[in-house]
Amino acid sequence: MSDAAVLRPELRDPIGRRRLGWAIAAGVLLWPLLRLSEFHPATLFDPANLHVMASFVAGFLPPSTEHEFLGFLLTATLQTLAMATAGMALAFLVALPLAVAATRSLSIAAVGPARGRWRGQGVRQVVRLVMVLLRSVPEVVWALMFARALGLGPAAGVLALAITYGGMLAKVYAEILESADARPARALLAAGSGRLGALCFGLLPLAAQELVSYTVYRWECAVRAAVVMGFVGAGGLGQLLDQSLKMLSGGEVSSIALVFLALVFLADAISLALRKVLA
Amino acid sequence: MKARLRRVAGVACVVAVLVAVAASFAYLAVDFRGLFTAEGLHAMLRFVVEFFPPDVSPAFVRQAGVAMLQTLAVSVLGTLVAMAAGALLALPAAGRLGATAKWGARFALNFLRSMPELVWAALMVLAAGLGPFAGTLALALHTTGVLGRLFAESLENAAPAPEVALRELGAGPVARFVYGTLPQVAPQCVGYTLYRWEMNIRMATIMGVVGAGGLGQMLYFHVSLFQQAQVATVLAAMIVLVVASDVASGRARRAIGAESH
Amino acid sequence: MTLHLEQVGVVHGNGRRALAGVDLAVATGERVALIGPSGAGKTTLLRVAAASLRPAEGRVAVLDAQPWSLGARALKALRARVGVVHQAPPIPPRLRVVTAVLAGRLGQWSLARALRSWVAPADAPGARDALARVGLAERLFERCDQLSGGQLQRVAVARTLYQQPRLLLADEPVSALDAATADTVLRELVGYSVAAGATFVASLHAVDLALRWFPRIVGVRDGRVLFDLPAVDVTPERLAALYAGEESAPAEPPVATVHGATLPLASA
Repeated sequence: MSDAAVLRPELRDPIGRRRLGWAIAAGVLLWPLLRLSEFHPATLFDPANLHVMASFVAGFLPPSTEHEFLGFLLTATLQTLAMATAGMALAFLVALPLAVAATRSLSIAAVGPARGRWRGQGVRQVVRLVMVLLRSVPEVVWALMFARALGLGPAAGVLALAITYGGMLAKVYAEILESADARPARALLAAGSGRLGALCFGLLPLAAQELVSYTVYRWECAVRAAVVMGFVGAGGLGQLLDQSLKMLSGGEVSSIALVFLALVFLADAISLALRKVLA
Repeated sequence: MKARLRRVAGVACVVAVLVAVAASFAYLAVDFRGLFTAEGLHAMLRFVVEFFPPDVSPAFVRQAGVAMLQTLAVSVLGTLVAMAAGALLALPAAGRLGATAKWGARFALNFLRSMPELVWAALMVLAAGLGPFAGTLALALHTTGVLGRLFAESLENAAPAPEVALRELGAGPVARFVYGTLPQVAPQCVGYTLYRWEMNIRMATIMGVVGAGGLGQMLYFHVSLFQQAQVATVLAAMIVLVVASDVASGRARRAIGAESH
Repeated sequence: MTLHLEQVGVVHGNGRRALAGVDLAVATGERVALIGPSGAGKTTLLRVAAASLRPAEGRVAVLDAQPWSLGARALKALRARVGVVHQAPPIPPRLRVVTAVLAGRLGQWSLARALRSWVAPADAPGARDALARVGLAERLFERCDQLSGGQLQRVAVARTLYQQPRLLLADEPVSALDAATADTVLRELVGYSVAAGATFVASLHAVDLALRWFPRIVGVRDGRVLFDLPAVDVTPERLAALYAGEESAPAEPPVATVHGATLPLASA
């Protein structure tokens, strides 16, 4: 056990140099980053800005309870909820066929000799690419464009949700379907059943719980996204908030913020309850 | 008996969901049929065609490139600040500085992450003026809430034995934390930060829509003027940015798996 | 008197009594082994000695100081002179071996030095010397999660050697090691104790190792000291009384080297 026979090991830290390199690179990059993003903490304390912010924040209390405004608030809340629900429903309809097309578990070619094996593979890749594209563009961008094309209002938000969340749901559905046990489905396919039959009786029963769970979780996110899309003209709480902010009415902003927080909390609770029951 | 009850509850839920969906469509009174008439489709087709060809004039491409770098800078800076602030808040939130501090820190973190980034951006535009700085602040505020909570959870799950042993040999509280707990949580926390950065790139592009600079601001500008060719270029830049950052973040996360102290 | 426990009693949070009326006085430079059945209170005794557990009854003096009436700073300085080797190495897996070993002197380093060393190891040669004594010198810059359990335990021992304590406490330090390695590690610990004049108190599961390396044996059972004798006076009858009723008495196979005293297993 004595180390007399062991060669003297190198005492220099092998990753010391690499760490120094990274540290220097980070330092060098920091300056352009700060410049590009116009990092001026001093502007926060600029007297004009401070004055505006101060009076705005002072208006937060008490939250506005004006009768007319509360009416707007209620409509906007319902609009937001409806937008999220309708958008998710459409997204579900978009996602399911995409996911089924993309999953290998339903590949007939994998079960036995079949024509169009490469065609099946090609279709799957194309579908995957479409899903990636749908996901890369943020939903707000879609909402912005739809709002211009179709006019302001919740329709833009619903479509935007349908597209982006459809892509997201499709990807996760495909993953869930692929990770589920494929043998029952394969057995059904081998026995000559069509893909739809194999899906309904072979894959769905196993994957249903996970699918539902993720869908409900996404609905919760959709509620928040619906608020955000309102900023670009898709109606609902977001649009109301945008208007109140532009008018610097602190009381209205705090009312809306409170309602929003309550809405998020409610959606969270509903989501939890639904997941427990449907599990 | 119980299984029956559950099944009834399940069916009831499904029915409720379907009713909610139908009610939503009805409430919105969205006339999607308008989309599918001949002129509706024609209008949509025209809308789509105007995107091609996208504006690839050198001057505009350079402008889009600068905006892309600006958006990237906002996302990186905002995420870095959030990592530091989140780490600072995570310590009390994990209970290391007493019960009141824990409650206060958790409340602050929850508040920060409940407000969507876009709302923060609109608020920050008020506080700091138009431009990317507002975006950086907004991202930093929201992401601090998200990362702070994740960091706090990691801290609470870390094994206490290493710190206890270091206390026995006389190490002070900071040294104990750095040598005992930090090595346990660091890789996971850096992973969270990188994953969050991926999402923040998307957020940074959108925040420009409310005036926080970068690609978002460019997009809003050209969409408002119905300049589809330019919009197409900006959209392409957005997609390139998002995809490239996804790849980079994925690689970085794998590399962190091999890093060590 | 390096270590002095007087009528020490400890009751755990759940009401279970761990130690009762324990008297132990260890002089500077002495080597003492604690043996006894599992659950006898050996670990609790060592924790009291390390000033990390405050006894409900009795008095404790460690290195001529009363640890529980010291200020925070003095207590910290006291702890820096007490080294503890645990049964399971308390080392985060992603730490590198060199940093893990250097952590031994955290009680003696300023915060600035500690932080600097974390980024770039300040005393790699010192760490390597400590590792060489346990036979792991070549693993200096590897990560701890690339080592086996036994090797990690040796790193923990190296850390304590690097600390250079005046009082060395070890709680079953070699239980996870094979017989040959266990012997080597104990030899290094004993060697350190002799060279530095440090007091060494260890609890051991293997009675033959205790008898071989420690001139004084303390038998602990049910939270009390059953006997406190020089090693030569420890007879098989005393051992049987100590381990009576234990289903598996020290199950180390008799080591066929050096003293090789085979011990009768406790009667079922």
